[in-house]
Amino acid sequence: MNTNLLMQTVDLCRTFGGLAANDRVNISLRRGEVHALLGPNGAGKSTLINLLSGDIRATSGQVIYRGDDITSLSPHERSLIGIGRSYQKTNIFPGFTVTENCRLAAQSREPRSGHIFSDAAAWSLYREAVDDALTHVGLADVADRRAGELSHGQQRQLELAIVLATRPDVLLLDEPLAGMGHEESLRMIELLRGLVASHAILLVEHDMDAVFSIANMLTVMVNGRVLMTGTPEQVRASQEVQEAYLGSEETHHG
Amino acid sequence: MSTLITSPSRAVIIAVFFVLLAGFPQLNQDFYTELVTRVMIMSIFAISLDLLLGYTGLISFGHAGWFGMGAYVFALLGTKYQLTSNLWLTLPAAMLVTAFFSFLVGLFVLRTRGMFFIMVTLAFAQIFYFLFHDVKALGGSSDGMNLRGKPTTAIGNWVPFELTDTNTLYYFVMVLMAALLLFMALLLRSPFGRALQGIRENEHRMEAIGFPVFRYKLAAFTISGAFAGLAGYLFAILNSSVNPEMLSWHQSADGLLMLILGGMGQLWGGVIGAFTFMLLQEVLSTFTKQWHLWLGIAIVLIVLFLPGGMISIFERIKGIWKRRFA
Repeated sequence: MNTNLLMQTVDLCRTFGGLAANDRVNISLRRGEVHALLGPNGAGKSTLINLLSGDIRATSGQVIYRGDDITSLSPHERSLIGIGRSYQKTNIFPGFTVTENCRLAAQSREPRSGHIFSDAAAWSLYREAVDDALTHVGLADVADRRAGELSHGQQRQLELAIVLATRPDVLLLDEPLAGMGHEESLRMIELLRGLVASHAILLVEHDMDAVFSIANMLTVMVNGRVLMTGTPEQVRASQEVQEAYLGSEETHHG
Repeated sequence: MSTLITSPSRAVIIAVFFVLLAGFPQLNQDFYTELVTRVMIMSIFAISLDLLLGYTGLISFGHAGWFGMGAYVFALLGTKYQLTSNLWLTLPAAMLVTAFFSFLVGLFVLRTRGMFFIMVTLAFAQIFYFLFHDVKALGGSSDGMNLRGKPTTAIGNWVPFELTDTNTLYYFVMVLMAALLLFMALLLRSPFGRALQGIRENEHRMEAIGFPVFRYKLAAFTISGAFAGLAGYLFAILNSSVNPEMLSWHQSADGLLMLILGGMGQLWGGVIGAFTFMLLQEVLSTFTKQWHLWLGIAIVLIVLFLPGGMISIFERIKGIWKRRFA
């Protein structure tokens, strides 16, 4: 068995009413690999991320992490075993400083909730994790600013910094480049490149150039089903994908 | 987020406040000494509610349930069943009993959110209200109960102080209020306290980054209930009586009003709110029978012009000062 295999799904299904938002989805996430999810709106990409992070429950099928069935674990339990996710819609603590945002994330690894008379800000383990995360995403300069005052791009970076401060092994990234300027996007892509070696990354992203530049593996979804999984070359060459997705995009633009 | 002492000017204001407070009973005006004792007890009540309302983002409309329960623990132990009136037994008992029931109730109500949480906390407080109103074994009566006396403080043969003395009771309450403020200041900067504030700010993300949010809320609900029980216990001692009205929704609403007046999620908001609310009440009721009307108008005006509560006056003064002299 491949030891880099961290997370996989087995015939994962989720229905909303009569609609199968995810229909027998099988996907594998490996350390050292950026696995991108492609598909038109409504294909079920966000549903899949939510199923993996535990934000919504599966109707049937399994989520496996390091060989264990974690289908019934809650989001906080999944976070604690090493599955981190970012959100498409920025989901930060706007009233807190950038540092405090990351410190909360670091704190969950080492809650010390019994130490009710110690100052959380003074605990060095938290400080290290916070410094690491902020340096990584390039927010060290604005560490003391209130998160709500940051620019949109910076808030997107903070979104990722919060995840990194939990020191996860799997990163589930829901459109990390959404609403970012060109420069910021390039920076973020560089950042993700640096994370690949030590993480398994699932990437949902609409920016095709970005996706094809960093993904090692692509899964194309249509109507809740996996149409195909393969390398970027295989996917680009696939007639089926051209018709179902890439082709239709082009005709839209043309 | 509050740290212990944020600025020298703040430290000076707090010191002056406690010096004035400590000197006040020396005027020997028993009526006013008791009034301020009552205000300090309500401060404790408001601070305990603030842990939920201002710091965890939980709008409890049933906080009087714990207040009244703490009072009744003393009434039942000391008067109805005459088991003990000793302070060192009855005070911890009042806090432990309210903590225990807060924990139980929290297991249910914390599964709800928003409007439902408000309603369910109110419903539980009403249940307790009717228990102490109707169940004979719990001293149930619409008139409540007159207490046999204040708690004794004897430890063996040694009697450190007498709570029957108006000034001593005043200082006893003052020390407890100061201790609670210190406890809260420490709690709020601790990892646990930060997590509570994170839950207030963004509960969903707290869950996503690995916090068992429910357990944190339950701990906050339990601690908060225990301190409300302490306030009720002290209130029963001060009045030498208890009655079911202590658990009524009016009492819960007063706590919420004090926090809105003083400032939510501010360590001192509860204290400032309790002083404002109760002194307004006292002053207005000496002038007019329709004091409720004027109290209402005063509250509307304060909320309108000081949306952050009375405590935001300090920030405003600081702002004006800086613009003038810096």
